[in-house]
Amino acid sequence: MSTLFSERPVWAERPSLPARVTKSVTLVAIALVIVFPLYIVILTSLSPASAVNDAGGLVLVPRGVSFAAYSDLFSGGVVTRAVLVSLGITTAGTLVSLVATILAAYGLSRPGSLWHRPLLFAVLLTFLFAPGMIPLYLLVSNVGLIDNYWSLILPTAVNAFNLVVMRAFFMNLPQEIGDSARVDGASEWTILTRLVLPMSKGVTAVIGLFYAVGYWNAFFNAILYINDNAKWPLQLILRQYVQQGQQLSSSSVIGDAVHGSASAPNLAIQMAIVVVALVPVTFVYPLVQKHFTKGVIIGAVKG
Amino acid sequence: MIEHNGDTGSTATATPPAPRNRGGRPRGRQRAHVPERRGSRRRIPFHARLRRDWQLLLMTLPALVLLAVFHYTPTLGNIIAFQEYNPWDGLLGSPWVGFAQFERLFADPRFWHAVGNTLMIATIQLVFFFPIPIALAILLDSVLTRKLRLVLQSIVYMPHFFSWVLVVTLFQQILGGAGLFSQVLRQNGYAPLEVMSNPDAFLFVVTSQMIWKDAGWGTIIFLAALAAINQNLYESAAVDGAGRWRRMWHITLPGLRPVIILLLILKLGDVLNVGFEQFYLQRDAFGSGVSEVLDTFIYHQTLVTGNFSAGAVAGLVKGIVGLILILLANKLAHKMGEHGIYRRA
Repeated sequence: MSTLFSERPVWAERPSLPARVTKSVTLVAIALVIVFPLYIVILTSLSPASAVNDAGGLVLVPRGVSFAAYSDLFSGGVVTRAVLVSLGITTAGTLVSLVATILAAYGLSRPGSLWHRPLLFAVLLTFLFAPGMIPLYLLVSNVGLIDNYWSLILPTAVNAFNLVVMRAFFMNLPQEIGDSARVDGASEWTILTRLVLPMSKGVTAVIGLFYAVGYWNAFFNAILYINDNAKWPLQLILRQYVQQGQQLSSSSVIGDAVHGSASAPNLAIQMAIVVVALVPVTFVYPLVQKHFTKGVIIGAVKG
Repeated sequence: MIEHNGDTGSTATATPPAPRNRGGRPRGRQRAHVPERRGSRRRIPFHARLRRDWQLLLMTLPALVLLAVFHYTPTLGNIIAFQEYNPWDGLLGSPWVGFAQFERLFADPRFWHAVGNTLMIATIQLVFFFPIPIALAILLDSVLTRKLRLVLQSIVYMPHFFSWVLVVTLFQQILGGAGLFSQVLRQNGYAPLEVMSNPDAFLFVVTSQMIWKDAGWGTIIFLAALAAINQNLYESAAVDGAGRWRRMWHITLPGLRPVIILLLILKLGDVLNVGFEQFYLQRDAFGSGVSEVLDTFIYHQTLVTGNFSAGAVAGLVKGIVGLILILLANKLAHKMGEHGIYRRA
């Protein structure tokens, strides 16, 4: 308790004991509400069949560790494929998005450049209206992207909000550096890659994370554009086999290697799918998190 | 790096000196960033500017092409709302029907039902969701140990990055009929919980999910505003004998006021967008009676029944009303924002 309140300014009075207790309990409760479901899910996915059976479902207390659920999932069945699809889309999509966004943000960041205003206006205008689900669907289908992975990338590749945040960041960098390089004959490409980007690692990381999470979590677009369930990304698998609880006993879900007889209990496999959907996000995000407060968002707020 | 905002922006061509502590979403701020073009620029002839800036133009090309193809083109595609569109005849071959689709839509009780549900959910969000990030931000800000505060922040931000499928699945595993609580109840001889399939509990469940997923992330903007409050105010107030609660009432909340007002107004401009996935995913469990919102209505209207024009017309109506709301909200925000800055200065 003493460490919790140690950095108190001198003028502030020490809160009463009930106040301190209430605050600590509230904070712990909030943290638990978020962490507890994750704990249960991870624990159950790692529990051996006996533990799951004894608990009669989700496991609360650890009793032995088994990776059977994961080895079933990654033995080459539907889930393995879906993970690869999602990883591929996330990687390719984030790359496409970052390249297009950074280039355009830089291209529009020089005040007074040719057509700078109308082009920026065209970007900002997209804030005001969405094209609508049906016309977009018809477009994607008319250009032949139904059941094509690019349909999960191209329509959402450029986010005007991210572009504008990035542009604002570039504009706030010291302009003199670019100016002097330009006098020395450097091309815009050189200035961007050698000078601007090295100064923009934080903002690039944050916007890259936003894009990557968007692609990894993409569900609605896949529902619309991917009819062939052999091409489903992980989120759709998660929905079908966990949220809707479709049985996993068929050999197509787990690998052919085990011939339809899963060695792990159904629930453990389901929870393992949840963990697989969860893990990349929870691992990448702390690396980037420190930039949130100092990065784009606070810059945007502080104006 | 970004902390230097105000200082570096003072070069001749860049931003006008930004007012500090001005709350608000970046959207509002960007307008302030459009620089005044200096008169001298205009005298440079076109071909000279083209020769100078062609690299920049080339760089903007990929993003602009993507926006043109996947944003502007489908926006034009909304004209099928005035057609009896069918995929075989295509955009040019389908018969034009004027406003018949609109009449049909406005006569459809299911549409008004979806509108009602959407507005209901938006209202509930506004009343029950909106204040929580504010309270949570004040609570987090009062944690004085830096390390502990960072840990707590990491935890509460995290669910924002989970997909809706994941969030709904987690809720089912804990609160659902086959979930953890039901499991414990059943083992002790009680009936299992039924909140995750009870239409009466729908609003409660979806609001809880929104809070779980996004309340923590929502604190970021308020934490930034809190950090911008002048700490000397607290000190002088304390010296003058103001207690904890009076300091919160007279310093903290007024400090947050501009951000709160701005977010509130922008939220009002966004009432028709309550989301798609969360409702789509739980439609089967709760029934369409409570869970059908405008977006799911459009989806089911079209892609399930194959009636493209009916879905497009609903989407167009939603888009137009949304556009009007956003423009109104921005106007309002602009006025209130100025007011807020004026008060602070």
